Amino acid sequence: MKHFLFFLSLVNVIFGFSQQDKTITICPDCNVKTVREGIKMASDFDTLLIKKGTYKEFNILIDKPLTLLGEDFPVIDGEDKGEIIRIASDNVTVDGLFIINVGTSYTSDYAAIRVVKSENYLIQNVVLEKLFFGIYLEKSNNGKVYHNKIIGDAQDEYNSGNGIQLWYSHNVEVDRNIIQGVRDGIYLEFSDHVTINNNTSANNLRYGLHFMFSNDDVYTNNVFENNGAGVAVMFSKRIKMIGNTFHKNWGTAAFGMLLKEINDAEISGNTFEENTIGINIEGSNRIEYKNNDFIKNGWAVKVLGACYTNTFTKNNFLYNSFDISYNGKLNDNVFNQNYWSDYTGYDLDKNGVGDVPYRPVKLFSYIVNQTPETIVLLRSLFMDIIDFSEKVSPVFTPDNLLDANPLMKKSL
Amino acid sequence: MNIIIVLVPLIGTIFGVMYYYNSKEFIELLLAQPIKRSSIFLGQYLGVAGSLTLSLVLGLGIPFLLYGLFKSDAIFDFALLLVTGAFLTMIFTALSFNIALSNENKIKGFGYAVLLWLFLAVIYDGLFLMSLIIFKEYPLDTFSLAATMFNPIDLSRTLILLKLDISALLGYTGAIFKQFFGTNQGLIISMLMLLLWTVLPIWRLVFISKKKDF
Amino acid sequence: MIQIENLHKKFGKNEVLKGVDLNIDEGGIFAVLGPNGSGKTTLIKSTLGMVIPNKGSIAVSGMSIKKNWRYRKDINYLPQIANFPGNLKVRELIRMIKDLRQMHSEEEKLIQLFQLEPFLGKKLSTLSGGTKQKVNLVLAFMFDCPLLVLDEPTTGLDPASLISLKELIQKEKENGKTILITSHIMQFVAEVAEEIIYLLEGRIYFKGSIEELKTKTNQADLEHAIAAIATIPTYV
Repeated sequence: MKHFLFFLSLVNVIFGFSQQDKTITICPDCNVKTVREGIKMASDFDTLLIKKGTYKEFNILIDKPLTLLGEDFPVIDGEDKGEIIRIASDNVTVDGLFIINVGTSYTSDYAAIRVVKSENYLIQNVVLEKLFFGIYLEKSNNGKVYHNKIIGDAQDEYNSGNGIQLWYSHNVEVDRNIIQGVRDGIYLEFSDHVTINNNTSANNLRYGLHFMFSNDDVYTNNVFENNGAGVAVMFSKRIKMIGNTFHKNWGTAAFGMLLKEINDAEISGNTFEENTIGINIEGSNRIEYKNNDFIKNGWAVKVLGACYTNTFTKNNFLYNSFDISYNGKLNDNVFNQNYWSDYTGYDLDKNGVGDVPYRPVKLFSYIVNQTPETIVLLRSLFMDIIDFSEKVSPVFTPDNLLDANPLMKKSL
Repeated sequence: MNIIIVLVPLIGTIFGVMYYYNSKEFIELLLAQPIKRSSIFLGQYLGVAGSLTLSLVLGLGIPFLLYGLFKSDAIFDFALLLVTGAFLTMIFTALSFNIALSNENKIKGFGYAVLLWLFLAVIYDGLFLMSLIIFKEYPLDTFSLAATMFNPIDLSRTLILLKLDISALLGYTGAIFKQFFGTNQGLIISMLMLLLWTVLPIWRLVFISKKKDF
Repeated sequence: MIQIENLHKKFGKNEVLKGVDLNIDEGGIFAVLGPNGSGKTTLIKSTLGMVIPNKGSIAVSGMSIKKNWRYRKDINYLPQIANFPGNLKVRELIRMIKDLRQMHSEEEKLIQLFQLEPFLGKKLSTLSGGTKQKVNLVLAFMFDCPLLVLDEPTTGLDPASLISLKELIQKEKENGKTILITSHIMQFVAEVAEEIIYLLEGRIYFKGSIEELKTKTNQADLEHAIAAIATIPTYV
């Protein structure tokens, strides 16, 4: 797109300035000193070349198809007065800006860049700092948010905003962004068919990524690290979660991934490492868990409430305090061919599958579900003993909850 | 970690009892000599507890030293591990000496000592668990704190657990524990508790030994 | 030398000493006799502070022994059963006791006397009963103390050593020491002791010289006198 536009402007230079698609240069010492002035002067499909410098502006409205191209990251300083850029036209590109000091408000969600009811937008190479909301997509479909860096300094949930927010925005691509220190890294509400790839979302107050009522979305190869909680997927259908890393989401109420009322999802090839809870599942059905690694989590998978017809295959459960936690006696989920580091069985016929089934639910985790205070007895000898006895003859845990074919070696 | 928490007390207990019964003749020999009684028994106790502690510290310390632990910031956690381990050795050796002193019968004494270990390492936690489950309708934080404080094994386990940052696992109760044990004040209180656990049996040891006939 | 007043001691329900009053003067050899379980060893151990009495007081060299341990500097004790820490060598044991007492000692002479040189480098657990008793004797006699307490000194000794022991006791007596002996061997007692203290059912039943005992009981030898003593009225 960028190259195409550049090509267009080149064409303009060669064939005369009279036509549309001209470039307007903005710099502190030029004729055009502010972005707003530039937009006013420009006609459709023009490019505004913003040179290095500081522009103290806010409430910039882009109401025609334009390209805002920053050179050497010009700074647009909103001076905490409110929203900075609002896109209200199709075919707008914002590229290479450094936007700081978005106003904070308890009544309006001020954003650094807000896209309203527009299509075919591209927001790329933008750096946002000291923000409230970062990039806010409102009823805007078919756009792309690419390679931006959003660095917030949020302290409390109630007066901070989200890094990238999608609201009723479909078919959007969110790729290669880095988001830190905001409330939710990426937030989707009523947004379908969204692809979220290769992003890094870290040190955010609440969630790295948050889905609400959004269906048919895909997110792959993202890294979620050290957030209040990694990813929360709520009330959504047919979400694909592939190859993501959930790392160090550690805290009293933290988890790598929260699934709440999720149906027909696919979760594969993800790594959950050192989270208090790897995946917290509530009322979620028909989900396929495949080839995930659960490493050194407190609970690898914690199942609460009614969850039916989920399948766990070829996952690696390595050194978790608890592999699976269950709060009921009823089990309708299938565990098959997973690798469990706690498995102590043997493989006499050498087919790579243990001859004795593995029971991933420890009695202790069952007790902790019933009476949370008992967790203080974690790692005591007594607990090891009763866990062992429960393993030998299950009384309290669902006796059909087992992996009949535990792998002897890690699955790749 | 479980090795420290479970095995160290067991070793302390068994060694203490065995050593006392084995050195009974020696004690009788010394009693006829112009030596204060309390010095004989304290000397015996410190001899056993001291060498056990030393072997624990060296046995754990040297491998970790070779592992290059001093360069890492885990050194304080490790120091805590060693300190609690040392305390556990002292406590359980003192307790076992008490038992051995009160029981002439070796088999009985040995049985009681193992029972004591079993009680503090396993049965206590069982009772603790039962009471937590039975009274789960009530606020149990203070109770859990107190119950943890009163068992040196549980106390050490909790201290180490919280240092190892597993506290997040413990949820709400863990937060309360962290609030208590995580602060310097909590650490000092728990150390005092361990110290009390050491001093009381030693005091009783001296007290009984003054009255005992040989 | 030793003053005992109204000494009571119970072991559980078993009342071993029921009010013993005893005064032992300085110098001379005293034999504490009595049937099995009459409280001889308890009496001696009380004097040494190994057994804590329920009631009564004991003073050694004019000092009360209660909550006191320094008076034991003046006592050499030979325990009844030679129980030594088995993992020590004879030499180490002697050196250790010397180290404890910090007194002049004459162990070389005694080692020679009992022919213990070949055993010096051996562990105590490997020694025979008689040899252990010899080591026991060396430890008891090597220091120069005014009071000697010998509990069954003859146990397990061969005749030659027995003669040496008797000579030793005589020598110590000539040095003006007080010697307290218990023994079941009346012949030995008759040869060595000057005065008899007879304990029965936790009380002093008789105290006096051997001659006195013989006249009182109208018996010609000590053994019969002792056997007959229980039939005559109390003398104390």
